[in-house]
Amino acid sequence: MFRALLRADFQRDRTTRDSKRHLRGGSTMLNRVLVVTAGLLIVALAFPAGTFAQNYPRTSSADGWPAPVWNYPPITDQNRKPAPRHDLTGTWGPVGGHMGGVQAGGVLAKPNNGRPENQLPYTPYGLELYRSHKPAEGIDAVLPADNTDPRNKCEPLGVPRYNHYNIRLTQIFQDETKVVILYHYDNRWRVIWTDGRKLPTLLDGGVEIDGQFREQRIFGYSVGRWVDDHTLEVQTIGTYPEDRVWLDSTGRPISDQVRVTETFRRVDHDTLEWSETIDDPKVYTRPWETMRLPMRLHDPRTDIMEYYCSPAEAENYNKFFGNDASQK
Amino acid sequence: MRGRLVIVLAVGVLLSVPLFAHHGGAAFDIGKSVTLTGTVTQWVYSNPHLLLTLDVKGEDGTVVKWLVETQAPGIMYPAGYRKDSFKPGDEVTVTVEPVKNGRPIGRIQKVVLANGTTLGGINSVPIPPAGR
Repeated sequence: MFRALLRADFQRDRTTRDSKRHLRGGSTMLNRVLVVTAGLLIVALAFPAGTFAQNYPRTSSADGWPAPVWNYPPITDQNRKPAPRHDLTGTWGPVGGHMGGVQAGGVLAKPNNGRPENQLPYTPYGLELYRSHKPAEGIDAVLPADNTDPRNKCEPLGVPRYNHYNIRLTQIFQDETKVVILYHYDNRWRVIWTDGRKLPTLLDGGVEIDGQFREQRIFGYSVGRWVDDHTLEVQTIGTYPEDRVWLDSTGRPISDQVRVTETFRRVDHDTLEWSETIDDPKVYTRPWETMRLPMRLHDPRTDIMEYYCSPAEAENYNKFFGNDASQK
Repeated sequence: MRGRLVIVLAVGVLLSVPLFAHHGGAAFDIGKSVTLTGTVTQWVYSNPHLLLTLDVKGEDGTVVKWLVETQAPGIMYPAGYRKDSFKPGDEVTVTVEPVKNGRPIGRIQKVVLANGTTLGGINSVPIPPAGR
């Protein structure tokens, strides 16, 4: 009987041990579930819905060369992602689509359409310069045979005109020392130094660096500084003189005494606002804003087709087809 | 194949100088449209503009060489224009905004290809909804 009791006790103990082991195993499993669930909740709270989805337009190409897509859904409270700090990197296109940054009618903020609000504060010299230009566009456009736009000869447009000529897909890259803008038109690029170097002193006909007189540059000398986590302010001086470059395609002038101030503001992850003000006392009596262009982030894999200016092709276009068209 | 010519022309003074010293909008008769049916003679897929030349035969049998254009290749790619969109001999119907001086020159508003596909002008490239 005693042995039976012992066996019963043993059995009971074993059952208890098994139960406890089972309970421990079950408890461990439950702990794992709780840990994983907690982790998922933390991730979900830390990263709002859509964080890992891209807001730029979807493109497709079987061979991996996707074409630009221009119609895309807006950024809303549901899909907005925070702006990265001190980062302008990306392929950017005007919010208005492929025509949003063309500016054929004049700089974005002041199209040259004759309206009173778009009249510019010319100095007498500035007005004289404007009237001497024979543009292809705007309210004072001339017939093609009389057009004197330096662009016709594929002359480099200069800064700031590159900001006002067919802005479409614009690529921005950066490292710890500079921001580089790759313009679509004519595959031109421009460097904005962000390493704290001093903006050169603007002189008549050139600039001063380290006590030396230095040359004017078609893209000028650009220095940028981050004024907050998401805004880069850029100053540019030392550009080309007024007999080489125009401000825009409607013939507005710009001189080598201009100080160009640009602001690149990363509004959110997918939105950049590119603004510009010019201060050119030689041709305008006061500073004025030329552009405030909102841009959207595009697929970085987008195949951006060339939009170059070839003197040979322009000549062919002018001569052969022009002559053919003039015979009847 | 006899082509048909349906024209609404703006009568102007003919110039004696070549027209295309890379033009702007001033040369075109904004708002006017001309629809042409003709035979492609050349398709130039190049900057600064895509160019199409075609022989258009009038009802009197006279053949007029038309030169029509649209924007650059990279700009018109999303609208469907390709390097092989046209070849000499294709019969096409094209609607253009003609130039003011009455010459057979215009910019493409719409073109129906030999295979029946329709391509648009610069405004046919999709853009985001307005107001954004």
